[in-house]
Amino acid sequence: MVICRNINKTYGEVVALRDINLHVRKGELFGLIGPDGAGKTSLFRILVTLILPDSGQARVNGLDVTTSLKEIRRSVGYMPGRFSLYQDLSVEENLKFFATVFNTSVEANYELIRDIYVQIEPFRKRRAGKLSGGMKQKLALCCALIHSPEILFLDEPTTGVDPVSRVEFWDMLDRLRQRGITIMVSTPYMDEASRCNRIALMRDGRALSVDTPENIRASFSRPLYALRSAGMYALLNDLRGYEGAHSCYAFGDAHHLTLGSEADGAEAELRSWLDRKGYADAQLSRIEPCIEDCFMELARQ
Amino acid sequence: MRQLQSFIIKEFYHILRDSRTLMILLIMPIVQIMLFGYAITTDIKSTPTAVLDHSFNTETARMIEQLQASEYFELYGEVRSIDDVHLLFRQGKIRMAVIVSPTQEVQLLADATNPNEATSLVQYATAIINSSGMQPLAGVNVQLLYNPQLKGAYNFVPGIMGLLLILICAMMTSVGIVREKETGTMEVLLVSPMNPFYIVLAKATPYLLISLVNIATILLLSRYLLGVPMMGSVALVVGLALLYALVALCLGLLISTMVATQQAAMLISGIVLMLPVIMLSGMIFPIENMPWLLRVIAHIVPAKWFITAVKDVMIKGLTAAEIWHELSILTAMVLGLAAFSVKRFKIRL
Repeated sequence: MVICRNINKTYGEVVALRDINLHVRKGELFGLIGPDGAGKTSLFRILVTLILPDSGQARVNGLDVTTSLKEIRRSVGYMPGRFSLYQDLSVEENLKFFATVFNTSVEANYELIRDIYVQIEPFRKRRAGKLSGGMKQKLALCCALIHSPEILFLDEPTTGVDPVSRVEFWDMLDRLRQRGITIMVSTPYMDEASRCNRIALMRDGRALSVDTPENIRASFSRPLYALRSAGMYALLNDLRGYEGAHSCYAFGDAHHLTLGSEADGAEAELRSWLDRKGYADAQLSRIEPCIEDCFMELARQ
Repeated sequence: MRQLQSFIIKEFYHILRDSRTLMILLIMPIVQIMLFGYAITTDIKSTPTAVLDHSFNTETARMIEQLQASEYFELYGEVRSIDDVHLLFRQGKIRMAVIVSPTQEVQLLADATNPNEATSLVQYATAIINSSGMQPLAGVNVQLLYNPQLKGAYNFVPGIMGLLLILICAMMTSVGIVREKETGTMEVLLVSPMNPFYIVLAKATPYLLISLVNIATILLLSRYLLGVPMMGSVALVVGLALLYALVALCLGLLISTMVATQQAAMLISGIVLMLPVIMLSGMIFPIENMPWLLRVIAHIVPAKWFITAVKDVMIKGLTAAEIWHELSILTAMVLGLAAFSVKRFKIRL
């Protein structure tokens, strides 16, 4: 459905995208995962024909994004990162307006949005500006879906939304995918990667890795440990000076440490080093890598 | 068509729900007419005037009576010598003096610290004195055409129209379009099958309608409150105003293609559009007196042509055929600006 070949984009001095190669298959829920400034929005804008790439080729639904502007705009649904509805129009008015803009009516495609719309229907007379963050995103999704697009581009739909609504939102995307809609979604939250069929980890305009979340985790080759101790900050600084360490960074309430070698003695060596440094209380446990670990590792290379 | 229709309805929602802005837009012409008509008036009323009469005959007495009777002058007590006159001028007690020699020659003295006022005073007094049967001043028979009472309203009513239409059509349209860019809705609209020019068309429609209401307000107030005559056809004046509103809309569209924020749009329409209307349209300062560079710029200010044409129709009663020059220049401006801004209007971000 979406093919990107060697896409490059710069804004003056700033390089937004470098040699992006992607292939999103039909009926897939594909995630662009990466922090702010990774180039996710630029890539979306190229794919929905809003900006032109400096070089490289992109096709959406078999159509070239630089030449088939009209055809692509007819067949995609797009939800930009910022809340992009009319704040002074009610829920109902927004939906109706976007339905007519796309030459259709709310009734014609109600089936598709029903699951989502019933959740905001009690507030249909309320102005969109007065909705909560989660509600706004649901309304925006309804508006992006109202013309029954073949492929949906959602730019950071869960940013600024509470954790419960985020889970709900991903459930909705799952149901849409089951209906056969191809979805390309971006998010800065690494923990949402597992909700996607395949992901591209992005940083500084590069796609670090494009694969299923499982394969990306499986490709993490180094032994990974979580450490907790009383003096977390001092521990982090000391660990970074540890000879056997490959990388170490703060990760929520623990530090994640990768060791340079898989050798049997490595873990015992680390324990005795911790004792010597005065972290007798340190809790050390071997863990499975999550997507964020993979991202940190890939970003180092 | 259905797209355009629902887009226009949406624009009306925006405007109607922002009731504060709507009130400002509708009340502004009334306030401006009141301000220019009553407060910032350059008209002359009850100017303290001294008369030094050396002739003592009935004709002079009649002339003095007529000066007194007019609303422009108020006679200041008795004056016996030219020294008294100069003293009163210095004390600021009078702003004009009429001196009649024994041979019935009339001399006018005016306080020219405010040159515009002095000129008007002399003109008023000349008109009255000439009509009173005295021998014409300086041997020249002056007759003021079209606006014998030199009412300022004849000049500023077309000026206010020129100002308000630019303000509403250009500023509001450009801000309206840029707002869609700023809030990100433009992105969604562009990524839709809708013709992007519907966006522009839909934005312009409500403001064109508000301008029509404003034109009507201004014309009614000026006719019935300020007593400005409507010598030519009302339809022609309204037509001219619509043509000028189209120029303003195109300017607004052009501005919206150049800026990214509502503030910038407001600033540019304020400085680049409003100032020339006030300073260079001939509304306040005569274009003939400007240095050549400003005179050249004045000729590309649409308001200059609009104001000239409206004055011609309203006050002199000219017909469409007689103002073809202004009409064709404004039409050319519409076409040129529309083509240019359409070319600049980006169908991408």
